[in-house]
Amino acid sequence: MNLRTVRHVLADNPLSAVGAALVLLLVVVAIAGPSIAPYDPLATNAAAALQPPSAAHWFGTDSLGRDIFSRVLVATRLDLAIALSAVVVSYTVGVALGLAAGYRGGLTDRIVMRLADTIMAFPLFVLAMGIVAALGNTVANIVLATVVINLPFYIRLARAEANVRRNATYIEAARLAGNTDLRIMAVHLFPNVLPPTMVQVSLNMGWAILNAAGLSFIGLGVRPPTPEWGIMVAEGATYIISGEWWIALFPGAVLMLAVFAFNLLGDALRDIFDPRRRI
Amino acid sequence: MTPLPLLEIDRLSLEFRTRDGVVHALREVSLRVERGEIVGLVGESGSGKSVLSYALLGISDRAARITGGAARFGGMDLLAATPAELADLRGREVSMIFQSPRTALNPIRAVGHQIEDVLRRHAAVRSGDLRDRAVQALREVAIADPERRYAGYPFELSGGMCQRVMIALALACRPALLIADEPTTGLDVTTQAAVMDLIVQLARERQMATLFITHDLGLAADYCDRIVVMHAGQVVESAPAAQLFASPRHPYAARLLASTPREDTVLDALAPIAGSLPDLRRADLPACRFAERCERASTRCRSEAPPLDAEAEHAVACWHPLVEMADA
Amino acid sequence: MLRLVAKRILAALPNLFGVVVITFALTRALPGDPAAYFAGGAATPEAVDEVRRALGLDRPLPEQFLRYVADLARGDFGVSLTTGQPVAREILTRLPASLELVLAALLLACSIAIPLGVLAATRPGSWVDHLCRALVTLGVSLPVFFTGLLLAYVFYFLLGWAPSPIGRLDPVFSPPPTVTGFYLVDSLLARDLGLFRSSLAQMVLPMATMALFVLAPIARMTRASMLAVLSSDFVRSARAAGLAPHTVLVTYALRNALLPVLTTLGMVFGFMLGSSVIVEKVFAWPGVGAYALDALQASDYAPVQGFVLAMGVLFVLLNLIVDLAYTLADPRVSIDA
Repeated sequence: MNLRTVRHVLADNPLSAVGAALVLLLVVVAIAGPSIAPYDPLATNAAAALQPPSAAHWFGTDSLGRDIFSRVLVATRLDLAIALSAVVVSYTVGVALGLAAGYRGGLTDRIVMRLADTIMAFPLFVLAMGIVAALGNTVANIVLATVVINLPFYIRLARAEANVRRNATYIEAARLAGNTDLRIMAVHLFPNVLPPTMVQVSLNMGWAILNAAGLSFIGLGVRPPTPEWGIMVAEGATYIISGEWWIALFPGAVLMLAVFAFNLLGDALRDIFDPRRRI
Repeated sequence: MTPLPLLEIDRLSLEFRTRDGVVHALREVSLRVERGEIVGLVGESGSGKSVLSYALLGISDRAARITGGAARFGGMDLLAATPAELADLRGREVSMIFQSPRTALNPIRAVGHQIEDVLRRHAAVRSGDLRDRAVQALREVAIADPERRYAGYPFELSGGMCQRVMIALALACRPALLIADEPTTGLDVTTQAAVMDLIVQLARERQMATLFITHDLGLAADYCDRIVVMHAGQVVESAPAAQLFASPRHPYAARLLASTPREDTVLDALAPIAGSLPDLRRADLPACRFAERCERASTRCRSEAPPLDAEAEHAVACWHPLVEMADA
Repeated sequence: MLRLVAKRILAALPNLFGVVVITFALTRALPGDPAAYFAGGAATPEAVDEVRRALGLDRPLPEQFLRYVADLARGDFGVSLTTGQPVAREILTRLPASLELVLAALLLACSIAIPLGVLAATRPGSWVDHLCRALVTLGVSLPVFFTGLLLAYVFYFLLGWAPSPIGRLDPVFSPPPTVTGFYLVDSLLARDLGLFRSSLAQMVLPMATMALFVLAPIARMTRASMLAVLSSDFVRSARAAGLAPHTVLVTYALRNALLPVLTTLGMVFGFMLGSSVIVEKVFAWPGVGAYALDALQASDYAPVQGFVLAMGVLFVLLNLIVDLAYTLADPRVSIDA
């Protein structure tokens, strides 16, 4: 990867620059969060309830008079944090398992693949629901559920990459030099597997955000009054049918934008690092 | 007066518009095939042999543009024909078979049905007779147990059998011209011989002309009446097979011969041709595209394209052709 | 052929077993006291103990697992705390509603996505191609609950074209006599066109929401597959043989291109079953997803587990059907595959 490839990809598909910029913006908002919100996201004001967007309240107010714009801003941090932690953990565990399966083959492979297949035997959202329902309705469990349903994806990815490289000469050399399997996987395999797997992380972030918001929408994980995009759309669901569209629309639109941005970024990264997979 | 040739190509030029520039694939190609004649079209990979046949049939890539010249088949102007007219011609009057026969057949359709598709399209056969005709076509290409093979799929057949099926498909409607594009590449030597023997036998039986495209000069020598040599999109020499091998007149053809092993070749005598095909995207290509690889080249070769007299029995496109050599 | 089918069925069994194991794990082997879950939030310690004994939760795990499997085999998925009804029966009653929605949405999605993908592949660089690619990029970003709400807002509230999202039927109508459980089919069988129209009208928005969600992967796969097939050797041979454009496109290209699309359908079913929970909530659709959600809100766990198990089993079965369909469609699939 060099600067010329990056420029070529950006020129070929200008949207990827947009995606990267958007992701950056989201990260900034997530970090700055509460400090840049014009109102306290939790402050209620019955008198100002259900007001459409105006100069004072850019995104309007909800049924408790809270400023939706502030809530959407602050929610960025929570949604990104949930998605990021889920992706990081599932990446780490999934890639480790996948490398072990791909490199060692045999029984390790069979066990790991059986695990992945069993997870994938469920519609993933349903499994996430089941996990949160069983473990308890907390944010940590949302993250855990997302980790579990994300595992097969990284396991298969890492396993495929390990399979391809298993018999490469440098691995062979490391083996002959007496390195343990663990050392080979950590020191030799992993750095080479990193670029193609990292590409998938951005694409996966979008999916993780959707998943977390979906679970919150049906009432799992985040509880009111915590501002989170999914739960805000749920709060606005009853009102949109009767015309107060802003309560559900803005959090939903921002959610969509966030997912879209990560997907664009992911596509751009894939074109830079792994152009063969371009569709 | 010589009878009208079956296929007549007159100074045909073709280019491809690609993202990396214009590829001047064919330049003033002239070629004739008489009825019942077996002509070998020989050249390195990338010399434009296949591109030429696709252009004739109207199945070129989207990016292809014919920029000059004419092509006539049985008197019909191929370049002015509509896509529908060309589609009528293909499979009925002119057929084509390709290399890698197994991938050239529809993998999930029984071979008998594929032959029927061609029959249904071009021949006025009653639907009740289609199956019999298809089985008959399989029998004519010496496929054993044609009744059973009719329902078989390409993956169940060997490479040689797939090529026979392809030939059956191509010849089902008794075309006047068969274009065979590297039909034996990828087959083992024994199967190669069997397939070539079959093609030649059928061609002779039916008075069918054949344009046999290959990079294997030895194969062409064994089976063709006449040989046309191409280099970088240009025809450089055209002669009856025996004459070409006895006394090639174009430097490239001579080099090609010298680099082709025959039964009596001594390994030391094999001489590769220097250089490689010129990049056809260049705007500054020499008029004779062999000039940069040729030790006989002069400034005239670079600026003026040597003409080819397509009607001559032994034609050569060269300003400095090799003199007829006495038997060595 | 029968051997192939049998082999595929056998291959699905480990997945079924895995589904059962995981659902069991979700109910028993996790932190917290399962008996408390099943007894309900308001139970006294004695009641919890009684539940524990009754459900055999004080026995060793392997024995619990065997009892669990035995119960399942008898069709006993437990009892719902809120309704007092056996979970299995409630799920079975509501399953046709969910299935009807999923199947209708799939049909709608395929009828749009496949032609779109084919057109995009046969006319590269055209507006159809760009539309297809934009759709694919956007489609994977859509939160299904948001699209559902938006559609309801635009088509019901703003335009008044769609009926109010209150479930399968306008309250004016009563359901048709049950033959398949699918209102569309049953109303036609009962020759009640008014009922059919009402059922269809109620289904349009949730069906469209779900279909939008899966348009993207189907269109993407169709386009990619078609592009690959159109540049293949055998399509070139078909063209060289002068076959009619329609024959080349359908008999030679499309039939081959649809095979990978068929395998995509398995994954698509997964997305749809998962998103059905959300769609049913948004549109008040009385399916199994809504049932599980209501139970979840009331901390009633047996229905939730029954739901997870049922969805897992259903998904394995649907994948098996897709697998079998592929095996029948592609003659190259051999026993060793």
